Amino acid sequence: MQQVKNIVIAGLGGQGVIKASDILADAAFRAGFDVKKSELHGMSQRGGSVSSDVRYGEAVLSPMVPPGEADVLLVLEATQVEVNRPTLRPGGLLIGPEVIEPGALRNRKSLNVALLGALSTALEIDQGHWIAAIHANLATKLHAINEQAFALGREGATRQLGQ
Amino acid sequence: MTGERLLLSGDDAVALGALHAGVRLGTGYPGTPSTEILETFDRLGGRAQWSPNEKVALEVACGSAFAGARTIVTMKHVGLNVAADALFTATHTDVDGGLVIVSADDPGMASSQNEQDNRHYGRAAAAPVLEPIDSQQAYDFTWLGLELSERWKIPVILRLTTRICHAKTVVRPRRPHQDAGALSFRRDIPARVMIPAFAKPAHRRLRQKLAEITTWNEAEGPIEEHQGSRELGIVATGVAAVHAREAAPEASQLTLGLTYPLPLERIRAFAATVDRLVVIEEGDPVLVDSLRAAGITAEGKPEQYRFGELNVARVRRILANDTSPETEPPAGKPPELCPGCSHRAVFETLRDLDCIVSGDIGCYTLGVLPPFSAMDTCVCMGASVGVGLGLRHVLPEDEARRVVSVIGDSTFVHSGLTGIAEMVYNPPATGHVVLILDNATTAMTGQQEHPGTGRLLDHSPTNRISFESVCTSMGVDNVHVLDLHHDAAGLRPLLEDLLARDETSVVITRQPCVLAAPKIRLYEKAAAEQAETQD
Ligand SMILES: Cc1ncc(C[n+]2csc(CCOP(=O)(O)OP(=O)(O)O)c2C)c(N)n1
Ligand code: SF4
Repeated sequence: MQQVKNIVIAGLGGQGVIKASDILADAAFRAGFDVKKSELHGMSQRGGSVSSDVRYGEAVLSPMVPPGEADVLLVLEATQVEVNRPTLRPGGLLIGPEVIEPGALRNRKSLNVALLGALSTALEIDQGHWIAAIHANLATKLHAINEQAFALGREGATRQLGQ
Repeated sequence: MTGERLLLSGDDAVALGALHAGVRLGTGYPGTPSTEILETFDRLGGRAQWSPNEKVALEVACGSAFAGARTIVTMKHVGLNVAADALFTATHTDVDGGLVIVSADDPGMASSQNEQDNRHYGRAAAAPVLEPIDSQQAYDFTWLGLELSERWKIPVILRLTTRICHAKTVVRPRRPHQDAGALSFRRDIPARVMIPAFAKPAHRRLRQKLAEITTWNEAEGPIEEHQGSRELGIVATGVAAVHAREAAPEASQLTLGLTYPLPLERIRAFAATVDRLVVIEEGDPVLVDSLRAAGITAEGKPEQYRFGELNVARVRRILANDTSPETEPPAGKPPELCPGCSHRAVFETLRDLDCIVSGDIGCYTLGVLPPFSAMDTCVCMGASVGVGLGLRHVLPEDEARRVVSVIGDSTFVHSGLTGIAEMVYNPPATGHVVLILDNATTAMTGQQEHPGTGRLLDHSPTNRISFESVCTSMGVDNVHVLDLHHDAAGLRPLLEDLLARDETSVVITRQPCVLAAPKIRLYEKAAAEQAETQD
């Protein structure tokens, strides 16, 4: 069977982890893949660890990324790297918040989308699907700032991850 | 099929399925992971309403179904405990409109006080149980549940779990059902009035209905069979079925959709085609026990896999009969009360006064964690009042005097009112003090309205229940309202005063949840504008 891509996005409650995984799942869906995504959420309160699994490919079975099988681990908060590292497969790609230079973002709230920009350089999903997914999942007034953040993340990744 | 392709959570798929199947009323009480079903149903144009608790929600749903309307009622797993009294007899009655009871279980307890397995309710209350494996089936089974319910005039349980409710998967919806026919009441006293004279035949009818549903399930039930190797056969249900397909793609697999009443002959025939049969199910050994009771030789999972969710890796271990200790994933950062949360001041005060705190369920349960460590008991919604009274009745006076019950506003309406009745009726010798933490929302589950907010599920205005008036008219000796925003410091002297008296007291602390406050301002503004245009 064609390979399923496994991505885990992690951070702290309130950082937009789930929103980021919604956008990623939507972009993959728009690209025509079978997609499953799941996470544990429900608590209103802020500040606890949050992570979300996104899987896409020709046919996806379980909605959860098996431990040690994530191709990419995207972390929005440096303290959450070690907690989530066991999900990453040997040789998997880790993308952390340092990809975005401090102060480069106009609004720190769009860090989630900026890191999706970085992630996009490692995935075979067309830019157009990403932009459409950003538009579909965020309020209109946030489109411009998040498109900028996405572009910034792409540049950061190209520079730092050497892709 | 309409050719349309959507990426939906299981909750949203149930809502869309309900809408497309012509559901006329959705009721429920919030509870993770079920809450979004009614919210989405409302957003899509369905008629949805929160009830004060799950029992009332199910009763309203029964009335709607008796009137011939297709109806759904949603709740988390523990909600069905509250609604169980209605459930156990509702199964004996004849519903005219399809009635689907959505129970969202939480194996692994992502956000719950226990990990009970509600498949037991199907057997105990004699209600058919449907268990989807993904959002597509959540959509299809909502529809199927309504059809089965109408065909056999019986309530049907749609049993979801966290990884169904909150996982997004692809859904291809069908063309919506067109049925806007007018309803009218059809009298059928023996089928709806459960006095012994009618309930005795009703029980026999119920068993007959289940026998017929079994026959249907054997012949044309929602069963998926994957033909693989002879060496290994798997029988699976719910999300565990897709974990199993991934963990053992070479195995033969029978995935059951209607898991009560079971298609035992179909399973027996499948068992005969394989050398080894393993049951893969999350939670309690419900399915494997049923198979064994029917004389089908099957392996279950080692006891350690009863706890927590399953995943692909754990299913691989079950298939390998691996009972070595599992590596615990590193603990993440636990949630905490938001900065500026109104519950903070309350728990600081209770800590400083060294109170014995009979707690309850909601965001404020986090008062148990440092830096507060100010909660001593928490059992189920509403228990704070009764448990606090029990402590007061038997503890020596100096300790009894330190006991305080703490309950949230939504929880108070859900099941705190009867506790107040108990307090007034059986007052402890030292009196008692109940704190109602009114933050103007059901914060824990994502800020839903309730009868104390004065707004409906869609946030438009309705009648509001005044806690202070209710408590006063029930006969509580002292009823105080404290605005925490302006007078948090006033809480301590007030509590000291009330704890020293041998009287019953309720203190209602008010300050909106910081996450809800901006939205509440918008709802209030919209309501004011609406009122103006009507003048
Ligand atoms: C029987 C039952 N139904 C639903 C829930 C889910 N639940 C837990 S606490 C809660 C209400 C919390 O609201 P509130 O009492 O107002 O406290 P807050 O979270 O706002 O502090 C709900 C709906 C539950 N645990 N048990
Ligand atoms: S969501 Fe509201 S009630 Fe819950 S911790 Fe945050 S501020 Fe407090």
